[in-house]
Amino acid sequence: MADPRPARSRFSPRLTAAFLCVFLLVFLRCASASRDVEDPHDHHGNSTEHKKAFPVLAFNFEHVRKPFEISMWILLALLMKLGFHIIPRISHVVPESCLLIVVGLLVGGTIKAVEGTNAPVLDSKLFFLYLLPPIILDAGYFLPIRPFTENLGTILVFAVLGTLWNVFFIGGTMFAVCQIDGAGLADVDLLSCLLFGSIISAVDPVAVLAVFEEIHINELLHILVFGESLLNDAVTVVLYHLFKEFSHEGSVSVGDALLGVVCFFVVSLGGILVGFIYGILGAFTSRFTSHTRVIEPLFVFLYSYMAYLSAEVFHLSGIMSLIACGVIMRPYVEANISHKSYTTVKYFLKMWSSVSETLIFIFLGVSTVAGPHDWNWTFVVFTVFLCLVSRVLGVIGLTSIINKFRIVKLTKKDQFIVAYGGLRGAIAFSLGFLLTDSKMKHMFLTAIITVIFFTVFVQGMTIRPLVELLAVKRKKESKGSINEEIHTQFLDHLLTGIEDVCGHYGHHHWKDKLNRFNKKYVKKWLIAGERSTEPQLISFYNKLELKQAMMLVESGSTSKLPSVMSSVSMQNIQPREPPRRRAMPSISKSREEEIRKLLRANLQNTRQRLRSYSRHDLMIDPFEDNVSEVHLRKQRVEMGRRMSHYLTVPANRQEAPPVRKVGFQPEHQVFTYDDAESPRSAEMKPRSAAVRLLNELPQRSDQSDAEPNAKQDDQEDQLKLSRGLSDPGPNQEQKES
Amino acid sequence: MGALQSLPGQPEYIDLAEKTGFSFEQIGVLHKRFKQLSHNEETLRRDHFNEIPDLACNPIRAQIVEAFFDRRNFRQNGEGTVEEIGFEEFLVVMSHFRPPSLHMTEEQRESVRKEKLRFLFNMHDTDNDGTITLEEYRHVVEELLSRSGALGKETAKSIADAAMLEVASISMGHMEPDEFYEGITFEHFLKLLNEFEIESRMNIRFLNMDTTTLCK
Repeated sequence: MADPRPARSRFSPRLTAAFLCVFLLVFLRCASASRDVEDPHDHHGNSTEHKKAFPVLAFNFEHVRKPFEISMWILLALLMKLGFHIIPRISHVVPESCLLIVVGLLVGGTIKAVEGTNAPVLDSKLFFLYLLPPIILDAGYFLPIRPFTENLGTILVFAVLGTLWNVFFIGGTMFAVCQIDGAGLADVDLLSCLLFGSIISAVDPVAVLAVFEEIHINELLHILVFGESLLNDAVTVVLYHLFKEFSHEGSVSVGDALLGVVCFFVVSLGGILVGFIYGILGAFTSRFTSHTRVIEPLFVFLYSYMAYLSAEVFHLSGIMSLIACGVIMRPYVEANISHKSYTTVKYFLKMWSSVSETLIFIFLGVSTVAGPHDWNWTFVVFTVFLCLVSRVLGVIGLTSIINKFRIVKLTKKDQFIVAYGGLRGAIAFSLGFLLTDSKMKHMFLTAIITVIFFTVFVQGMTIRPLVELLAVKRKKESKGSINEEIHTQFLDHLLTGIEDVCGHYGHHHWKDKLNRFNKKYVKKWLIAGERSTEPQLISFYNKLELKQAMMLVESGSTSKLPSVMSSVSMQNIQPREPPRRRAMPSISKSREEEIRKLLRANLQNTRQRLRSYSRHDLMIDPFEDNVSEVHLRKQRVEMGRRMSHYLTVPANRQEAPPVRKVGFQPEHQVFTYDDAESPRSAEMKPRSAAVRLLNELPQRSDQSDAEPNAKQDDQEDQLKLSRGLSDPGPNQEQKES
Repeated sequence: MGALQSLPGQPEYIDLAEKTGFSFEQIGVLHKRFKQLSHNEETLRRDHFNEIPDLACNPIRAQIVEAFFDRRNFRQNGEGTVEEIGFEEFLVVMSHFRPPSLHMTEEQRESVRKEKLRFLFNMHDTDNDGTITLEEYRHVVEELLSRSGALGKETAKSIADAAMLEVASISMGHMEPDEFYEGITFEHFLKLLNEFEIESRMNIRFLNMDTTTLCK
């Protein structure tokens, strides 16, 4: 992100910094002003003797105080985020989370200096109910399913066994440390140590996301660390509550321990079940939203949030519930909702999670300054040290077990990254904050904050150079290749087949069974219309074509060309055939009328518009309700059509720029394609009818369009075709056959 | 076609283990499966494969079965197909699905990759001419979509065409309008699936223990 113009970079950071300082001061003034305005303005002139003049201008801050403060905080967070990205030099070295914590420290310090002790702290309720869910939902909804399920065993081992190991190792060793005379820690009993261990052991998804997002390591490592951070929530919840309950009692019996194990299964499986139910509900609801596209994204958000809250009601794992809901809901919802809604969902999730993350880190900084601290050298130092040691030992030990069962083993480099990526974050802090007030709590909090700072700053900053130093495989840029998709599917079937030949039911066999079950029963219920029978390859292909066509139309007449720049066109790959090859893939108007009649007769939903799509026409006119939008789109489509027509000239004409030409098809390839936006009911029949019709057409054709027509006529024809097909509705042509 | 003794003792296994890289236990398990599939005969034929019930619902069943009888997969630089295979050939074909071991050098890993991609290539290139033509690729896509019903041929054609165009763009870069892209050669195939990480994906777990299965 280097700024290519040095003059500007000299100018803008200073300006930004100045602006931010001014803003900070204004903010603080308001924050303090909110406290000054205690004298009630609502005692109006009743108690006074003389009549007050009508107040032209009044100051009533109390009225809007709460939303005002919230908005100010969020605005501050976002401006900070903006500032960091304008100043490129720092953001290369220091991860964003560190910078945000520093800002939080500054803000907290300023507030403390100005106000005394009245600084806001990261309220646990605020954190768990409002700040955490968007991040987890964003993570869960866009979780890459394939690597997640392939590595699920490994992830679970790390999450459950790894966390358990961490808890007991840290708790136990800290207890031993506390027994050392002279440290002043004699009053910390075993249970408190274990409680502390349970708080500090869990890898934090927010911190992991914040740091790993910037280093772009390969998918496997990313999903291992990230999956672990998500799934260890169940363990943390159970252990935390267990030890918290019993730290009052003073001892834990074996029965309680067994109950704890049972509780673990209940918490995790229960959370998943709750998420599953809400996910199915959400998917089912989205089946019927074709008439109210505007509120579609809200269903996604609300069902997921309800899943989280419902799980929290029963003390189940809210995070797992949220993840399960997002994962279950996604394939069905995406098949049902419009393209715009999908974009909305994506961007809202990213936006909220971004804001949440920023706020969390800033608040972490503020709370550090604010909270009462009790610094105990021994405790803190040993905590940090033990966290590192236990993480390393845990990862190495577990990997040696895991590698016996993995096909693709984890190398030492992988293990190092997994161990080093075990960052702690705000969840640990919030859990610590929920403890009952005591001197021990302050000490714990101090230690927790120190560990968080250490992991985020030291590990966060050094992981990027380390990744480069160790030459860890980076994330490969996936360009959505149709070949890779074909081969992915092919490989799936191949491996399933080989497993069947071998005679044991392995991973692929069960996955295949699940897919078949899904296709046969579940999709019928949860996906509207004919989309339910669409195979994955085709939907992938359609999405890809849509994306490419849109890109081409939007780049339009500018020099910006699509990424694949080659002069290979369709005619290069078609086998040599009689001169028919040069014909335009158009159909005559009358034939087109026939098709449309047939289609209309079969359509149930008369508001549908079918697009005749062929790769070469690059015609995209998405289903639009807004008429002016239609007009605009039509114009753009026309431009696109003319441009694509210009590009698809036959070989004997001169071509200047090496653009990606889409040439001709020898056969009549009018493939009725419906893009992602239009409602999907009863398309299968019309589609196959159209195809059948087209296949019949060559027989009883008027040869007019099969011959290489004069350029002009074909142009006219094609343009007429486009205009004809981009008709806004069936009203003009409602002819029943 | 290798000679197969009816009672393979240790020396036979050693030879096979060396050739294919399986462990003794794995060879034992696979041998048991071989005998189960072939009804205790010495060789397997195509109809033995067709009897496997789970394989029946696999869309690319025919190609998988063909791969077992394709000489190119026997690592003896042969060509053409055979009608029946012995245990050794069975094992050799299976060995294509072994994962790369942990302690492999880069070049060993590369050769494993090439081998697996060669297997895939052979599956697509049914007429043995060293290139995957457009027709053959179309056939592949049609088979993949064969279970999906109505859309069938037209869609498969478009998808195959798009895929072929992509391969041509990646491999050839610039082509004159008069030039004709014959088909995907093995080099192009390698280039195409460069990022595919096939050495970690095209593996199945071969068990050391004998698990009695429900499928035949």
